[in-house]
Amino acid sequence: MALQSLDIRHRSATTTPSPSQRRTEEVAKLIDVTTCIGCKACQAACLEWNDIRDDVGTNNGFYDNPPDLTASSWTVMRYSEIREGGGLQWLIRKDGCMHCQEPGCLKACPSPGAIIQYSNGIVDFHEEECIGCGYCITGCPFNIPRLSAKDGKVYKCTLCSDRVAVGIEPACIKACPTGALQFGTKEQMRDYARYRIADLKSRGFANAGLYDPAGVGGTHVMYVLHHADRPGLYSGLTADPGISPLVALWKGAAKSLAAGALGALVLGSFFHYVARGPIEISGEREDEQEKEGDAK
Amino acid sequence: MIGNSNDLTRHNAFERTNHWIVAVCFVLAALSGMSLFHPFFWPLSLLFGGGVWTRIIHPFIGLLLVASFVPMFVRFRGFNRMKPADWDWIKRVWEMAQRGDDRNMPPQEKYNGAQKLIFWAACAFFLLMAFTGLAMWRAYFTFPVTLVRFAVVIHAAIGAVFIVMIILHIYAAIWVRGTINAMLYGTVSRAWAKQHHKIWYRQMTER
Repeated sequence: MALQSLDIRHRSATTTPSPSQRRTEEVAKLIDVTTCIGCKACQAACLEWNDIRDDVGTNNGFYDNPPDLTASSWTVMRYSEIREGGGLQWLIRKDGCMHCQEPGCLKACPSPGAIIQYSNGIVDFHEEECIGCGYCITGCPFNIPRLSAKDGKVYKCTLCSDRVAVGIEPACIKACPTGALQFGTKEQMRDYARYRIADLKSRGFANAGLYDPAGVGGTHVMYVLHHADRPGLYSGLTADPGISPLVALWKGAAKSLAAGALGALVLGSFFHYVARGPIEISGEREDEQEKEGDAK
Repeated sequence: MIGNSNDLTRHNAFERTNHWIVAVCFVLAALSGMSLFHPFFWPLSLLFGGGVWTRIIHPFIGLLLVASFVPMFVRFRGFNRMKPADWDWIKRVWEMAQRGDDRNMPPQEKYNGAQKLIFWAACAFFLLMAFTGLAMWRAYFTFPVTLVRFAVVIHAAIGAVFIVMIILHIYAAIWVRGTINAMLYGTVSRAWAKQHHKIWYRQMTER
């Protein structure tokens, strides 16, 4: 984290500018689903580089292992078998944080500096500042962050921000044996995707395309899909992700309005007291009324 | 005992104690909740031992708050039935605030229209806050994310309205001299009762 303290674009729960003197180029990871063989080298590399070991799970009868993201497994391969054009297709998607340009997690986070977005687009959790409320899970359009039962902190893919900061690619990219995972500037990755999509179209995948959803301002992890018209085929990849309007309302302008209203009310009450004074019952009136009361 | 022997008893020791337990829990829940609501209030989390402790204890304070309101609900609900005179009183609250005087207001029972309304609103708000709070309690519960998103919006919105209501409740008690005594020592003067709660005054003195 300290490696990248001069190029912060957004910092959670912070209303003043963050250190942003240094400008870096926007980076992206490109996941070419069409050349992925599902070997899980990326999953292993992720555990190795970050030096985390997930608990040994159980065999659920399918390839997904572990069956879902966890606080230790920040990327998992999701396998789906579909019938398409008279044949079987095995669609294998590497799931993990998409590093949204407009991150719902960061918007929702109440702890200053627990979630950081660097100017290169990487969205990073700083677990030292994490309070474990799980608001990021509520804010995320992709269901990525996982709350650890061990320490009550939330974890997810860092896009190897520590490696990228010193100019090397993320661990998963380094491990990929087929070139299905690519890393570079966002522009380079778009160019590479264009080349891949043209190739796929020439092979009969008319709907091949790039998944870089505009609803979250684009992402810094992008997919090349054979069926870009139906992202849901890929183990439920969201077709049109965006920050939920409920989350936007909760952590948007309404919260400042509410905070302002509370302040105004306290001030208003105080000045009402100053201008009108308390409702008091004068001593004389009190005696008179008491006499009246006793007479009854 | 404070005050004179002619004073009228408004709240017994149990009711006062109960009220103050609810009040202290409310203030703690509000301060910790606000710190998680807007970055401006984040420093309030230091009162609770930092962000993590705030996150840990806020829901437990909330549970204690709702639980301690239950006996209050049982004891006070009978005195808080809304009647036409209460609505007349509420309609003229703004007029009263502008004049800075309540002498022309319609006679009231033990609690005035606004107090009754606050009582019922508090009942509804406590229920809503408890259920939405449980839905947000990630340390122990996992609910479908859409449900949680509705819960967080309702929890924040009702929380803000509730705090507004309680600020008004506190201000009213400060503004009307002699009122805080009713909750601190349990008694009010006869003149106070006659001016602010005439119907109750008659009930108490004609017996």
